[in-house]
Amino acid sequence: MNLAVIEPTTSWYLVLAAVLFGIGTVGVMVRRNPLVMFMCIELMLNAVNLSFVALSASLSDINGQTAVFFVLVVAAAEVVVGLGIIVSIMRRRSDATADDLSVLKG
Amino acid sequence: MELFVFVCAAAMVLVGAIGVITRNNPVHAALSLVLTLFGIAVLFVANNAHFLAAVQVIVYAGAIVVLFLFVIMLLGVDQAEDLSTEPLTAQRPLALVVGIGVAGVIIAAIVKSQDALLVRGTGINSATLEDADANIRQLSRSIFSDYVFAFEVTSVLLLIAVVGTVVMSRRQHGQHVEESA
Repeated sequence: MNLAVIEPTTSWYLVLAAVLFGIGTVGVMVRRNPLVMFMCIELMLNAVNLSFVALSASLSDINGQTAVFFVLVVAAAEVVVGLGIIVSIMRRRSDATADDLSVLKG
Repeated sequence: MELFVFVCAAAMVLVGAIGVITRNNPVHAALSLVLTLFGIAVLFVANNAHFLAAVQVIVYAGAIVVLFLFVIMLLGVDQAEDLSTEPLTAQRPLALVVGIGVAGVIIAAIVKSQDALLVRGTGINSATLEDADANIRQLSRSIFSDYVFAFEVTSVLLLIAVVGTVVMSRRQHGQHVEESA
């Protein structure tokens, strides 16, 4: 079998995105540091972006890339607000884990 | 060649992602995240999304990860987190099962609908030597004509996020905050 003739199809990209999404899910559930949980959410967002772009190329539709553009902007805004919340929590206790945030519940 | 690019970029993405969830130092996790984001950018280029690849590197690797590192250093939480103990019983095995389940269900759906995905269209102009900015032109035409309202709303969203963060993290006058770090 000649490796040079094998071309990655759209499904390869989608499977990679699914695996990346799964890794991000595990990270959000396992890690306790809120910063690292945030990074895992970024992993999941990137998995979705990857499948958007792969399908955009596959279906010849530029709107998939437009959606990724908006996801990028919203992700940036989300990180700014999230890190602001984390900073104001960690200012009080620098070793706070996600469990300590349960004081927020009513 | 395309296969080679895909395999290398996929290895970068997966190694970085595993690094994010297994390194116990938050700084190392953030740097692993950079590896993943660069791999994703390479895959964007492989899919003819050149503008998004550039934005991915500038915004994610350049701004968001730097913001993460900044917060880590600022708050002094860069000491290693102890990952060897498991505070909730059976949390990790359950999380692993759920994660593999989610990925498995998605992969099953992809495999099931594989025939519909085999056709690779040609409607998106890929960049050539004569027309190097075809992707940018198409994307901007889409954003500034079909989605111009959403684009404007995005700028409002960014403004609200910035103002909200400043108001939220500002120390009020006379408020005493004990510094433990």
